[in-house]
Amino acid sequence: MSDHAKGGHGTFKSYVVGFLLSVVLTLIPFWIVLGDVMDNTAWAVAIIFAMGATQMMVHIHYFLHVSLKVEAGWQVMSMGLTILLLVIVMAGSIWVMFNLDENMMPAHEQIERVRNLP
Amino acid sequence: MSDTGANPPKEFFVIEDPHHGDDHGEHHHETGTMLGFWIYLMSDCLIFGILFATYAVLGQNYAAGPAPADLFEIEKILLATFALLFSSITYGFAVLRMDMDDLRGTVLWLIVTGLFGAGFLYLEFQEFSHLWHIGATPMASAFLSSFFFLVGTHGLHVLGGSIWLIVLLMQLGQRGLTHENKRRVMCLSLFWHFLDLIWIGVFSLVYLTGVLL
Repeated sequence: MSDHAKGGHGTFKSYVVGFLLSVVLTLIPFWIVLGDVMDNTAWAVAIIFAMGATQMMVHIHYFLHVSLKVEAGWQVMSMGLTILLLVIVMAGSIWVMFNLDENMMPAHEQIERVRNLP
Repeated sequence: MSDTGANPPKEFFVIEDPHHGDDHGEHHHETGTMLGFWIYLMSDCLIFGILFATYAVLGQNYAAGPAPADLFEIEKILLATFALLFSSITYGFAVLRMDMDDLRGTVLWLIVTGLFGAGFLYLEFQEFSHLWHIGATPMASAFLSSFFFLVGTHGLHVLGGSIWLIVLLMQLGQRGLTHENKRRVMCLSLFWHFLDLIWIGVFSLVYLTGVLL
């Protein structure tokens, strides 16, 4: 097989490195939850998400072999567009729906006030 | 009139790769297939993104039904996570064997991958049937609807990948490591690793965060 085609497949070492990093990045968040080690829930959630995002990047680099080389530019370009769309969709829906919840759910006294309008 | 008829018709699209056969042309052809499959994966990624957003919005609406902390067994999720992670690295080993033109090694590692995938599917099926049995159905609350939709879609993808793996093993058994089969192995490799990547999001957002909050 030519050098070009082989470039994207990784080596034994890169697979093992990616695997070991993934094991560590999986065990830490599960340990936080199972061991009940943190009192501050917000920090625990932040650490879980940080570990998850890091592990996703490890997978993208070591298993999916996305490279920043010019020859593979199409891969990075399409992934960049996907990530942009994902950020817009996810952050947008969470933001909008949270606001809806806050502002549109009529509290009990609000209903009463409307009812007593002249 | 007569000389226009004598001219060969102009080609407005490339019917055949002019360098077909030599190594350079083959590489271009390969990039086309891999690009197409990658675009499919990215669109699949958008589907999962929307399902994640739905879960993030609806995941706290229990409708007086059970909450994540009452339902999820994190030990089993850890087991399922490792089943997928092991299947990822064994697929990597299969690809490495394929690079050495070792058909036997490729097939063996692919079978190991399939067994880990089957283990994951078994654990998920067990979890779903348990939830269904205790009445935590998708109809119970918005949280459970979005949960089953997200995790179920991922499970169906793993099932599809497993069926593809079986078909691929048959193709490898019939034709060996031909150029086409190598391309198929690389496409399924992308798909399989991609599913493991989605699972990271699932266990972080749905299971671990759900139990904590």
